[in-house]
Amino acid sequence: MAPEPFSDEVRMIRDTARAFVDRVIRPNVDDWEEAGRFPRELYLKAGAAGLLGIGYPEELGGSGGGVFHKLAWIEELMRAGSGGLAASLGSLDIGLPPLVKFGSDELKREIVPRVLAGEKIYALAITEPGGGSDVANLKTRAERVTVGNREYYRINGAKTFITSGCRADFYTVAVRTGGEGHAGISLIVVPREAEGFSSGPPLKKMGWWASDTAELFFDDCLVPAENLIGEESRGFPMITSNFQMERLTLAVMANVTSEMALEAAINHARDRRAFGSALTGHQTIRHKLADMGTLLEASRALTHACATRMEAGEMIFKEISMAKNFATDACDRITYDAVQIFGGMGYMRESVVERLYRDARILSIGGGTREIMNEIIAKQMGL
Amino acid sequence: MKVLVPVKRVIDYNVKVRVKADGSGVDLANVKMSMNPFDEIAVEEAIRLKEAGKADEIVVVSIGVKQAQETLRTALAMGADRAILVVAADDVHQDIEPLAVAKILAKVVEEEQPGLVLAGKQAIDNDMNATGQMLSALLGWSQATFASKIDIEGDHALVTREVDGGLQTIKVKMPAVVTVDLRLNEPRYASLPNIMKAKKKPLDEKTAADYGVDLTPRLEVVKTDEPPARAAGIIVGSVDELVEKLKEAGAV
Ligand SMILES: Cc1cc2nc3c(=O)[nH]c(=O)nc-3n(C[C@H](O)[C@H](O)[C@H](O)COP(=O)(O)OP(=O)(O)OC[C@H]3O[C@@H](n4cnc5c(N)ncnc54)[C@H](O)[C@@H]3O)c2cc1C
Ligand SMILES: Cc1cc2nc3c(=O)[nH]c(=O)nc-3n(C[C@H](O)[C@H](O)[C@H](O)COP(=O)(O)OP(=O)(O)OC[C@H]3O[C@@H](n4cnc5c(N)ncnc54)[C@H](O)[C@@H]3O)c2cc1C
Repeated sequence: MAPEPFSDEVRMIRDTARAFVDRVIRPNVDDWEEAGRFPRELYLKAGAAGLLGIGYPEELGGSGGGVFHKLAWIEELMRAGSGGLAASLGSLDIGLPPLVKFGSDELKREIVPRVLAGEKIYALAITEPGGGSDVANLKTRAERVTVGNREYYRINGAKTFITSGCRADFYTVAVRTGGEGHAGISLIVVPREAEGFSSGPPLKKMGWWASDTAELFFDDCLVPAENLIGEESRGFPMITSNFQMERLTLAVMANVTSEMALEAAINHARDRRAFGSALTGHQTIRHKLADMGTLLEASRALTHACATRMEAGEMIFKEISMAKNFATDACDRITYDAVQIFGGMGYMRESVVERLYRDARILSIGGGTREIMNEIIAKQMGL
Repeated sequence: MKVLVPVKRVIDYNVKVRVKADGSGVDLANVKMSMNPFDEIAVEEAIRLKEAGKADEIVVVSIGVKQAQETLRTALAMGADRAILVVAADDVHQDIEPLAVAKILAKVVEEEQPGLVLAGKQAIDNDMNATGQMLSALLGWSQATFASKIDIEGDHALVTREVDGGLQTIKVKMPAVVTVDLRLNEPRYASLPNIMKAKKKPLDEKTAADYGVDLTPRLEVVKTDEPPARAAGIIVGSVDELVEKLKEAGAV
């Protein structure tokens, strides 16, 4: 694999992230998965180490750094073995970018430093009960109103499947301020304490157990007009502006999930004996492991190539969509086979592959489904 | 007071080491290397002394291959102020012996005039446990080894040492060479802002020749072996059988 750019910093970030995961997360991660939550304090600890601030400007309390700095953290975080924890601890990375890129200075200064310090939790709310893939058709409405002598947006509608939805303090919410289609969409920052805002109980999920996922309700919810991010009706391109990074992150999450499943499967196949030899003594098992390793290697190479181009500032909608689909397909295959190699034990919660298999399933649905990725790829291919 | 902390680049403690085919040592090509864990503890202690107002500058020094500058950057990211790299080898497999390291360190001490040298008690690669002691002899400074607690009070230090059967506290006159043990502290991980700042901190590069120290090895490695594989266990059927087996093995 090609060497990472900025290798010295990235190496040190990796060391810090690994120490953080080993000391603070790994000893508790199984309990947190079973409990379906992790302590809020973890945000503060990750914030204090500067890990939440990677990729954000120093003026806003960030740690600086680019694509590879971020990936080093995500990879090490994923190695704790809980996709859900990574998703919730990292929900700021889908919520904040539109605010940081397009928000007013006052709004940024008020919110961003506290989120990067881990004092406040940030989430992104796009998906609605009526549809997630078809973002341009979202229904939640916001109307500009004057109350007393202040300008507000009055929001009505609902969002669902929102990561960190139960306890985020701020949400970047996609709303319709104008007419039909993508040209009528705006982004607005909704604080949890806004009048008319409420969130539902944690949704019960197949995987990502440690993550709180919830519905959000906006019932004549009043938000100061200054909370609008950028200009009215310019929300759609703001949403898509972070898609590349989100997809790269999901590809990396898939690759680390695959890597952990493969490693566990190899160890198990070496130790477990059946029909007079270790499982690795049977060619079908050996070849299965060889195929798993090959898929992972190819996926990593494609993801790395995308990361390198993104670091150079290129827009690679086609390739990053390909990388996400390839990585999540590989991950589905590899985690499935890892469970198979574990036999009955693979079906038991005490095996890491059982969780990896469940956690893998969301990766080809969230951040743009496999089918939507293919629509983008086909369009970019001129079809 | 200035504190000098020597740090060594060694094979990472998580790496499963492999002996080279010719038995001349351990294979270090393409394996993860890190700061010697005892040296990390020494760096941490120096930072705590600085935070407590007992030290005002921390200088880290590494002697070895050029890549040891990574180890120095890590120390700078943890909180050291300045680094000195003494390039003394160009092959990662070439180990500089404790006496040569101590002689170079003695020269660095002469130049830098620290009030304290804090070193790891040993490096986890070849477990020599000699450099700190040799350095104190060369300098004619007091020494305190295997420290699990260090209190600096004016012109002397109280050092608690881990010795067989318990703890011993000694009082040494400053300046001193103190080597640190595992339980002295838990080293911090570098925070991101400090990692980013580390690249702006000064790192001087020297060579062993600058100090006029003869690096010729005095020791010869005759053979390196893998540790023997662990023998298979046995399952016993009862407590009586367990006691019997333990007796057979001479364990009770
Ligand atoms: C655990 C979890 C966490 C999530 N976190 C967040 C979050 O933090 N914020 C947020 O906003 N959302 C979040 N989501 C929502 C997620 O982004 C959506 O589930 C996803 O975008 C798909 O939308 P949908 O569920 O409405 O499915 P639909 O859009 O209803 O799609 C259903 C199926 O139809 C397919 N399909 C749709 N359109 C087409 C087409 N044109 N051609 C072919 N096939 C098509 C899809 O690919 C999919 O297979 C989360 C979801 C989950 C499960
Ligand atoms: C929910 C659940 C309920 C169960 N209920 C019962 C029950 O009621 N009664 C009962 O007796 N058992 C029960 N089982 C056990 C089940 O039958 C075994 O898990 C299954 O037979 C596989 O055996 P194993 O788990 O020991 O896997 P292993 O035999 O260790 O196999 C591990 C992997 O190696 C593969 N493998 C093994 N040998 C070879 C070979 N020669 N060549 C190629 N590949 C090979 C297997 O196909 C598998 O992929 C249950 C299991 C589960 C998970």
